[in-house]
Amino acid sequence: MFGIEDPTAIVDALQVIGIVLLEAILLYVGYGLLEWVLGPTLVDALRGEQ
Amino acid sequence: MIELLGVSGTLLLLFAGFGVLIGLLFGFFGMGGSFLVTPALMVMGYETDVAVASGLAFVFATSVIATLKHRDLGQIDYKLGVLMIAGTTAGIEVGKMGLHRLQAMGLADTVVSVIYVALLGGIGVFITYTAVKGDGGGGISHNADADPDADDIPDIAKTIQSYSLPPMITIRGGVSVSLWMILLVAFATGLLSGFLGVGGGFIRMPALFYLIGVPVPIAVGTDLFEIVFSGGIGSFLYAMDGAVDLSIVVPLLAGSAGGARLGAAATSLVDEDEIKVYFGVMLLLGAVAVAIRKIGEFSDIPVLQTVSLVVIIGAAALVAGAVVLSSVKALRTEPAPATSTAD
Repeated sequence: MFGIEDPTAIVDALQVIGIVLLEAILLYVGYGLLEWVLGPTLVDALRGEQ
Repeated sequence: MIELLGVSGTLLLLFAGFGVLIGLLFGFFGMGGSFLVTPALMVMGYETDVAVASGLAFVFATSVIATLKHRDLGQIDYKLGVLMIAGTTAGIEVGKMGLHRLQAMGLADTVVSVIYVALLGGIGVFITYTAVKGDGGGGISHNADADPDADDIPDIAKTIQSYSLPPMITIRGGVSVSLWMILLVAFATGLLSGFLGVGGGFIRMPALFYLIGVPVPIAVGTDLFEIVFSGGIGSFLYAMDGAVDLSIVVPLLAGSAGGARLGAAATSLVDEDEIKVYFGVMLLLGAVAVAIRKIGEFSDIPVLQTVSLVVIIGAAALVAGAVVLSSVKALRTEPAPATSTAD
């Protein structure tokens, strides 16, 4: 599986996976904050209480 | 038009919007979301390995987010997860080799499409049938108990647990099962992951429950934990071949992470059984879309490609719309609780 591979390809692949992983963590934190801040307001609005 | 990551803003918005739909479905049903990504990309004209690799990278990132949530709920069996990773890694490698061999023979697209049609159609029929019958099967119960009694373990799991081929492993819930059975299930689902670019959750989660007898919440959490690694390894292997397209994965993930939060919030508002029949029909329509595309290719009728794309996105939009509408209706009719239900 990980035999004699092109080192550039490995670095490029690690970069791609790193970008995807970083985006996932940022989205988890970012959307979590957004939900915490806007969630109750949105639910109230959908209930027709605002 | 603005260009980002080498593609037009319109396409990025399309992917982000599709991601919201996928995320909504994944957040609500806990399965099936990623299963639509690879066929949709193939319908859009991407090369099979790019569609599979980008689908796998998307699955990897989505499972990272979902696992962080399940970790907080204590729903992960790490020992079982590590064993699953070992079996799945071997399966992914074999599946990937098979895909590349078929691609060299010029058969990959056809074979992957046929398997997709069979799997999507088969699971779609099963879920629709159980939803119409009303026995609650074919999906993940949102209220499942993490410590079920013996009656909750399926008969087939009890039979498999009765075969004591050593070494035996004790998993969460006090269940003892042969190491070889765990590795076999892991290898088979890894094979599908590598070959089709899916997380394998739609088959591994039921396999953990029905074949091994793992309680449903633990099966879901452990499955997601395992997908982080299998998806990560699979994505890495494909990325070394330059097949992961970030212009697909980045906007899809941005949309799906938001959609998944809405879908998860909707689970506390809507009865899953009310929606499940739509979900089954959506999978069936996904199978129809892939079949239409293949017919279009064989018959050289380009318009069928567009018809196929409309069917697959329309099916996802139909079910996501049903979830949103039912949630809003439930919010408007239910009395306001003391605390918010937005998670």
